Amino acid sequence: MTALRRIFSEMTSRHGLGVALFVAGAVLFWVLVLVVLPQIAMLDYSFRHNLPRAELGGPRDAHTLANYRYFLFGNGAGFNTLDMGVLLKTLAAAVFVTLLDILICYPIAFILAHSASGVGLRLMVIGLIVPFWINEILRAFAFRVLFGATGVINGIGQALGFWSTPVDFVRADVALYAGLAYAYVLLMVFSIYNAVETLDRNQIEAARDMGASWWRVHWRVVLPIAKPGIASGATMVFMLTAGALAAPQILGGPSNLWFTQLIYQWFNDAGDWQRGSAYATILLVVCLVFVFLMMRVFRVSIAAIGR
Amino acid sequence: MTKDVVLDHVSIRFGSYTAVDNAHLSIQGGEFFSFLGPSGCGKTTLLRCISGFVQPTEGRVLIGGQDMRNVGPNKRPTALIFQNLALFPLLSVAENIAFPLEVRGVSRKNRRRRADELLEMIALPGTGDKKVHELSGGQRQRVAIARALAADPDILLLDEPLSALDLKLRQHMRTELRAIQQRVGLTFIYITHDQGEALTMSDRVAVMNAGVIEQVGDPKTIYNRPRTPFVASFVGETNRIPGEVVSQHGTTVTLSTPVGPLAGQSGGGRDHAPGAACQLFIRPEQLVVAGDGASPNRFAADCTAEEFEGSVQTLHLKAAGLPLRLCRMNAGNVAVAGPGAGALTLSFDPEAAIVLPYGTEADAAA
Ligand SMILES: Nc1ncnc2c1ncn2[C@@H]1O[C@H](COP(=O)(O)OP(=O)(O)OP(=O)(O)O)[C@@H](O)[C@H]1O
Ligand SMILES: [Mg+2]
Repeated sequence: MTALRRIFSEMTSRHGLGVALFVAGAVLFWVLVLVVLPQIAMLDYSFRHNLPRAELGGPRDAHTLANYRYFLFGNGAGFNTLDMGVLLKTLAAAVFVTLLDILICYPIAFILAHSASGVGLRLMVIGLIVPFWINEILRAFAFRVLFGATGVINGIGQALGFWSTPVDFVRADVALYAGLAYAYVLLMVFSIYNAVETLDRNQIEAARDMGASWWRVHWRVVLPIAKPGIASGATMVFMLTAGALAAPQILGGPSNLWFTQLIYQWFNDAGDWQRGSAYATILLVVCLVFVFLMMRVFRVSIAAIGR
Repeated sequence: MTKDVVLDHVSIRFGSYTAVDNAHLSIQGGEFFSFLGPSGCGKTTLLRCISGFVQPTEGRVLIGGQDMRNVGPNKRPTALIFQNLALFPLLSVAENIAFPLEVRGVSRKNRRRRADELLEMIALPGTGDKKVHELSGGQRQRVAIARALAADPDILLLDEPLSALDLKLRQHMRTELRAIQQRVGLTFIYITHDQGEALTMSDRVAVMNAGVIEQVGDPKTIYNRPRTPFVASFVGETNRIPGEVVSQHGTTVTLSTPVGPLAGQSGGGRDHAPGAACQLFIRPEQLVVAGDGASPNRFAADCTAEEFEGSVQTLHLKAAGLPLRLCRMNAGNVAVAGPGAGALTLSFDPEAAIVLPYGTEADAAA
């Protein structure tokens, strides 16, 4: 609170009261109206019964844990293994996509920060950014075309004789993982880039000079500097992947259900906003817990991520 | 083991820009060798070439008689101490020092022991577990030296390692560095733009200007017998008197100058034709206020200002419109000549003055 007050008075003295008030008002509106209130409303929803309009405010309109109980136990006596399985699978897939992105983006970010220069650098940045001018749904469909039975990849693979019958990349979820990984590459690249860019080139050369192999230079010198960037990138990619809807909808194989699709079904198909809210809350809480756990394991502080 | 370093006609170009132009010299094993030159003259580039981060565009670098082309920086027997030290901020002091050992797969325990030994040597015992940012500038400096020594190199390359320190610490570290060098007996190649540093520490100095090595020699020769106008004016204070050659007998050249005929030594043993435009360099401490006796190179000057610094007194003079400086030790005499004392008669030993032609960069290295 004192920190906030200090920021406010600093801004007042530097930019004047009007600007300070505007910024304070905008931030307050953003946090309160756009973030906190909807979340509270959803939380409240998740503890209520799905009642017909006439009964709202009536005696049956009380708080309940029924929606959460449903996630755990379903309608019957045993565990609701189906929904829990979907959640676990979603988390695992999100972790996989995050790891994939780290693997892809770490070298790119390093090259951007320390090797590329001039035209090469600009081309790389443009190459990274331009694909994201295209709408997300369109991009997902493009991946479907790319990976489809008669798609480009199958075409090339068959033409070169790697395989003879079309491979069903969509059913194998290759298309989904590729699409998701691709969708958040930019976030990961720039997070890691931000961190790696602060590394003094001389440190790399010093390590080289002392006989270190490239592998060790990265492990001991570059990676520790990149760690906060990787953590913040990984957090974003993980959260966004776990919460993605369009890509799983379009690229997911017929057997693959994403947890967000369950939420979507409760809201839209079943019209049960209360249960949908409960499921959304579950996803949010589980993801947050998982992220904090990972940060503990890898010894990353929140402050490091905020940089 | 010490190894000598030979630069065999090394030129380094970045595009059309020549950073190092035809450097040709050899540095003996166990020597403290300095490259001295102003900022941007190519010193770092040359050092990076010896350590293997830059390939010579022309010529060869030989270490211990072996051609270093295609030998990577991690495979050379050199250790480079960077201009900004380049210590690893996220590793502890001991981990920094032990890094070269870690690379070689030395066990954790032996690494720690060697790091502690080196910390002892640089007079920082017990700081192994600190982080680098918890050390002072001078301490970091010494950690960087220890880390380079841990690599057990034959040749230590130092890129202006003292430039970030304050004056007092710098002077202390000069003595320290020289002592370390004598103790470990390695070849030190030292880069600096501070002539005091180069002269006090080195066995030999190479003076660089705009990529060209203008003179190589021991500190006394560099200071007393500069071969080029650049070396004469860059290393130490000097007075410059333009003139025209009258005659040359052996190495002694007589010039006619605005203040009268003056004699000096031909720098670099060049022969000068009568009538050639030349300049005479004489150090402020070699100028003396002459008595009545017969002394060579006598001329008149007016004192315009006096600086009294305790042990040393500096007179600012004007002779025939030329500004000159004269330094002398304080003799304890209150009534020394000062401004307004009227015309003084100055003189200097012809052996102490150097006569050089203009624009001698090209034939200087010969
Ligand atoms: N990689 C490079 N590409 C292009 N030009 C370079 C490169 N490295 C150095 N130069 C140029 O070479 C010249 C010499 O640089 P260098 O770093 O060797 O100077 P220096 O003598 O070490 O100077 P300082 O005392 O300021 O460190 C400079 O003009 C610099 O701009
Ligand atoms: Mg330099």
